[in-house]
Amino acid sequence: MQLARVIGEVVATVKDANLIGTTLLVLQPIASSGEAAGRTLVALDSVGAGVGENVFFVRGREAAFPFYPSEPPTDATVVGIVDQWDMEKP
Amino acid sequence: MILAKIVGTVVATRKDERLVSNKLMIARPVDPRGKAEGTYLVAVDTVDAGFGDTVLIVSGSSARMASGMKDCPVDAAIVGIVDTIQVKD
Repeated sequence: MQLARVIGEVVATVKDANLIGTTLLVLQPIASSGEAAGRTLVALDSVGAGVGENVFFVRGREAAFPFYPSEPPTDATVVGIVDQWDMEKP
Repeated sequence: MILAKIVGTVVATRKDERLVSNKLMIARPVDPRGKAEGTYLVAVDTVDAGFGDTVLIVSGSSARMASGMKDCPVDAAIVGIVDTIQVKD
């Protein structure tokens, strides 16, 4: 899983039937310092995250699991909203 | 999923039989503001996207979960046509 910041939302009317009713969020992956790290991506939301929040998301085939038994075609899903994180200075 | 813009189509007569009658598109990944980034890719179209559309592309094994793609040899599928993107940052 990776940390990211929600920076936007995507609206798509024409989409796969299993994506109907889902929220599409634009994520900017971030480093532990909070700085942007890597390319933006679009992820489904399974926890009610919104723009400006720090979240963590899962990539790959497992990204569909939060929606079981539905199987939306997604390779990235937000699975948690981060309250805070602590780590040692490297 | 990534955002991409449709820039072309691919025609292939000889292909895996599970790809027959699927539409193949050339897509250029873009950032949320529309700026092109990365290299082109070929994706199977499952939502009837057209030239110039901004679309959502799902990659990897998740692409097989797109409508009609079960057990197909596919690692990129177009699963949505983007109307608008709101970005704040």
